[in-house]
Amino acid sequence: MIGSFSAEILKLRKRPATWVLVGVVVLLTQLFGYVLPYSSYATSDQNFATEGLDPQGVLAGTLPGELVPTTLGGFPVFAGALVLVFGALVAGSDYGWGTLQTALTQRPSRLRVYGGKLLALAAAALGVVLVNLAAGAVSSTAIALVESRPLDYPAALELAEGIGSGWLIMTMWAGFGALLGFTFRSVALPVGLGVVWVLGVENLISAVATSLLTALQPLRELLPGVNAGSLVWALAPGGGAGGDAPPGVVDAVTGSRATVALALYVAAFAVAGAALLLRRDVR
Amino acid sequence: MSEHEHLVQTRDLTKVYGGRITAVNRVALSVRRGEVYGFLGPNGAGKTTTLRMLVGLVRPTAGSATVLGKPPGHPEALARTGVLIESPGFYPYLSGRDNLRVVARYAGVAGGRVDDVLEQASLSDRAGDRYAGYSLGMKQRLGVAAALLKDPELLVLDEPTNGLDPAGMRDMRALIRELGSRGHTVLLSSHLLGEVQQVCDRVGVISRGALIAESTVAELRGEAGLLVAAEPLELARAAAEELLGAENVAVVDGTLRLRTDPAYAGKVSTALVQAGSTLTELRPLERTLEEAFLEMTGAEEAGR
Repeated sequence: MIGSFSAEILKLRKRPATWVLVGVVVLLTQLFGYVLPYSSYATSDQNFATEGLDPQGVLAGTLPGELVPTTLGGFPVFAGALVLVFGALVAGSDYGWGTLQTALTQRPSRLRVYGGKLLALAAAALGVVLVNLAAGAVSSTAIALVESRPLDYPAALELAEGIGSGWLIMTMWAGFGALLGFTFRSVALPVGLGVVWVLGVENLISAVATSLLTALQPLRELLPGVNAGSLVWALAPGGGAGGDAPPGVVDAVTGSRATVALALYVAAFAVAGAALLLRRDVR
Repeated sequence: MSEHEHLVQTRDLTKVYGGRITAVNRVALSVRRGEVYGFLGPNGAGKTTTLRMLVGLVRPTAGSATVLGKPPGHPEALARTGVLIESPGFYPYLSGRDNLRVVARYAGVAGGRVDDVLEQASLSDRAGDRYAGYSLGMKQRLGVAAALLKDPELLVLDEPTNGLDPAGMRDMRALIRELGSRGHTVLLSSHLLGEVQQVCDRVGVISRGALIAESTVAELRGEAGLLVAAEPLELARAAAEELLGAENVAVVDGTLRLRTDPAYAGKVSTALVQAGSTLTELRPLERTLEEAFLEMTGAEEAGR
């Protein structure tokens, strides 16, 4: 499996789409986590991200102490959607380009080729988390220095917890995207369906379950995005020092239950994808 | 049969899609070690599906196959098999060299081998260019380079000259002949009869999913003979029958068809002239593989 993993990493490293998606995730995380809130604080100008919030609370959310919740705040929704697109691209394009056939006619078994791909996706997901945290550290340090605030970084344990949680969330979304790619053996349909699911269907179900039809609450608590949001909530209940949780960060289930649910999703996506790849003919 | 005699062997290999479409029907073919085997058939005859089954991409509905003594798709067999099926599958955003590096990592082959096969496929000059910018012929050559990466005992090449210009086709045939002469076993599918006739030792002919013949190219083309046009015909016929026996002489469209080695042309000529005939035409009579193929597939069609 090392050969397959190494082949996947080479492909990902040299694929422009990888860097475009990582760049967009970082850009959006910095924009909504630091640039807009700090601009609002600095200019005393309220925007849609900070309306009705205490300015000191808004500033606190951009300081190093809040690095983990602020960075992970976008993971359940927009960063998740982008990583899902990444997973769908990685799995689906191998069908469109006929490269799956090339890989499967070398030496490794189908399972090893598949395992290498999943490991590479998980590694990429970890990379996205680390790059985002690094970018957040730079932004929060800069703001703290400008505002003459202490550089109180999160404790190692909190940081490790944040990395682990972020990795689990990103791997789950990447796995979801990959499963869609393996299911539909293409790119466009999985990307479309995945994004609609993350940004549309989950929000609709959540909205209906919390207002119109509360009987749907148990179903809502099973959704991958809701569990991702709950895990981030558990890291900083109530939205942390910023005082307001980003969209998708919700108090639906406990952190430990969300962790188990997300781990089960990762496992289920992996097993379902393997079953599809092992069972089907490659034409 | 042992692996040493037959690198590829199938028995009643069958593929039915959706329970209705029989793409391959009870094919039994055998590829011997060291030969260049031509898998011949019209488009849609089932060649590619058969090859896909042999490398484990498609699972047979019925029947069995062994490749290098293992079931199709077995890692040990794949490690010794170079494969190019239909159009090559590569990453458009990677260079030719990087694409081969990816394939080498999957195959567990040292990266240093990449430049060797690029050289062999005459792609060294363009190895750093993106695959997306390659011509059809260059893509095909990169596919062959990838198939050679493992320095495989068995090469499975599906229409390798597709998209190549005449010079490229000539080079590809030369490469296949060279591989054959170096001891590689090649299973080459093609619908180009001339190509098969030029490079293959033995041929399997597939039509509508069924293998309808398997033999050497010479056997498929049938016995050679001589065509003689002479006057008077009856005098010439009598002389020919006396020389070769009546069973080896036939009159077709006002000419004599003699079942004999074309090397006997001189003796035939002398005998007929001595008998008082005037020869107006005397030439070897050989079926081309195309004639044999059309005859076989035509008979197969008519039999349905």
